[in-house]
Amino acid sequence: MGKNLFNKVWDLHKVASLSETRDQLFIALHLVHEVTSPQAFQALRERGLKIKYPERVVSTVDHIVPTQDQLIRPYRDDLAEQMLQAIEQNTKDFGLRFFGLDSDSQGIVHIIGPENGFTQPGITIACGDSHTSTHGAFGAIAFGIGTSQVRDVLATQTLAFERLKVRKIDLTGTRPRGIYAKDLIIKIIAELGVRGGLGYAYEFAGPVIHALSMEERMTVCNMAIEGGARAGYVNPDQITFDYLEGRPFSPKGAKFAEAVAHWKSMASDPDADYDDVYTLDVTSMSPMVTWGITPGQAIAVDQTMPVIAELDEADVEITEKAYEHMGFEEGGKIEGKKIDVAFIGSCTNGRISDFRAAAEVVKGRKVASHVTALAVPGSRKVKQQAEAEGLDKIFTEAGFQWRQAGCSMCLAMNPDKLTGRQLSASSSNRNFIGRQGTPKGRTLLMSPAMVAAAAVEGAVADVRNFI
Amino acid sequence: MSANPAAITTIQGRAIPLPGNDIDTDRIIPARYLRSVTFEGLGTEVFKDERFNDDGSKTDHPFNDAKYEGAAILIAGRNFGCGSSREHAPQAIMRFGIKAIIGESFAEIFAGNCTSIGIPLCTTDEATIAGLHKLVQSDPQVEFTIDLEAKTVSYRDKTISIDMNPAARTALLAGTWNTLDELLQNEAAIEEVHRRLPSFV
Repeated sequence: MGKNLFNKVWDLHKVASLSETRDQLFIALHLVHEVTSPQAFQALRERGLKIKYPERVVSTVDHIVPTQDQLIRPYRDDLAEQMLQAIEQNTKDFGLRFFGLDSDSQGIVHIIGPENGFTQPGITIACGDSHTSTHGAFGAIAFGIGTSQVRDVLATQTLAFERLKVRKIDLTGTRPRGIYAKDLIIKIIAELGVRGGLGYAYEFAGPVIHALSMEERMTVCNMAIEGGARAGYVNPDQITFDYLEGRPFSPKGAKFAEAVAHWKSMASDPDADYDDVYTLDVTSMSPMVTWGITPGQAIAVDQTMPVIAELDEADVEITEKAYEHMGFEEGGKIEGKKIDVAFIGSCTNGRISDFRAAAEVVKGRKVASHVTALAVPGSRKVKQQAEAEGLDKIFTEAGFQWRQAGCSMCLAMNPDKLTGRQLSASSSNRNFIGRQGTPKGRTLLMSPAMVAAAAVEGAVADVRNFI
Repeated sequence: MSANPAAITTIQGRAIPLPGNDIDTDRIIPARYLRSVTFEGLGTEVFKDERFNDDGSKTDHPFNDAKYEGAAILIAGRNFGCGSSREHAPQAIMRFGIKAIIGESFAEIFAGNCTSIGIPLCTTDEATIAGLHKLVQSDPQVEFTIDLEAKTVSYRDKTISIDMNPAARTALLAGTWNTLDELLQNEAAIEEVHRRLPSFV
């Protein structure tokens, strides 16, 4: 029996056994941002510890930075200003690479890692952020950690961790028109459930996955955690290597060829062993939309919302809570629900291909007059590229606000927030109660193109009628 | 069993029931409370948006209920702590006064965060959880003892067995749940792995 990528990477990075099931695992790349790191740096100061391998740490600011007037300091929000000063001081004191507000590479940590070539196949990556699973798109084993673990990685470049089981998710068939990477991952979560991935890493595989671009694979892996899987990955292939070639921190020249040979060797063997296999044929899929308060409460845009009497007992309570919060009628349609806000951006869908797909829908059309629409590039490089292609004009002419790079309305730690009971069509990753900044606010997750269609229609719409 | 002062072998106290599945960390601690460079003060903000109405009045959330005041054990549901990796969530729960959580299942990042700050997580089946919720709702004064060594929860004259993640249990019992000291060892082995991996200089 061959080995899967997860176990190959694990074995390559294992430092020692700490107990029967717990290993000391080396972290090849540690990504740091302003929100989950200050207490970790403080702990190092209190113990008089240094950063073990500063060259393996990359830091930036994304969660709390405003997406308007980003460079005007101090920020009006004193707490945000304090946090920004803390990471500026910490990265300076500890000698870390920092893509701060004065850097052209600033942006959402899960976008700048890949675009700069830090994210590479066959390595372990950790970050104090659950969407670290994004980096698995390259065949890395990448997962979110808490602040105590951020401290551990800063001080030792290792973590105390248990090996995960691996479930292969084979996507077969042909991806229909109007079905984007976001639809694929929402569908997987809807099928396997938000706790289906507990204890597992997801290996996304099959012809549908390997036909995806790197950016699309990142969208899929990004939301592995929403299905309960701490990590998700795609085996590296030629599309991966082509993406990495020429990136600022990718290997260069002869070293690149050597790296490719190594990366290929890290991919799952054809006869690799898995703890579970799940197969999904995507041929007859429709665009997906979440209607409730977990990412698994999702339906095809042309379906109706669930009837509680038809559900498994275990899903009844959360479904009732979802209907109560959303104010929707049981068994009703999601298409046609009037929205108030449209948000395109986040680590899930804030890359150049996302803005291209949304611009295709928006071009020559207008955002409905009652809708506030935001297009927020995930990084400064994405912003620059979009502007070079004239996408910013397409968005602004349609009535979108074109913003500066950051996490923005995905989690509302910055001025971009819903108000009251607003209903938001969002390309982000979580529709949790209160997620977008107001306890009563409501979120519908969908692909960026679907958000664009909803913005134009003023209501949830089927993007297939717009492309 | 252990001389390590950090060892956690038993947790005793009254409980607070929190029925409901898939309670995410945004609900446990809304993101606006993450705008801080310390974890201090988070105990009063736990479940903030569920505990207060728009006009500032209190809801009937169990964390507002005087009869559960001083509880040391939280009895949750399934997939508790899903979503964001924020350690602020278990920090807020701990600073509210909770020392252990019993549930049907826990999201993994949350579970790791709990272990790393010394909160034992115990799991049992859906029916037992439902029974515990009812018991505490009807008699909030019931005293519980969680025995990590025996993997049991005792209350009144009953003892039920519970499951724990083996690695977490080992670390809690040995007092090595604060992993830093353990990880600071093995320096030579760390250096060896560092040298065989690509770097980003």
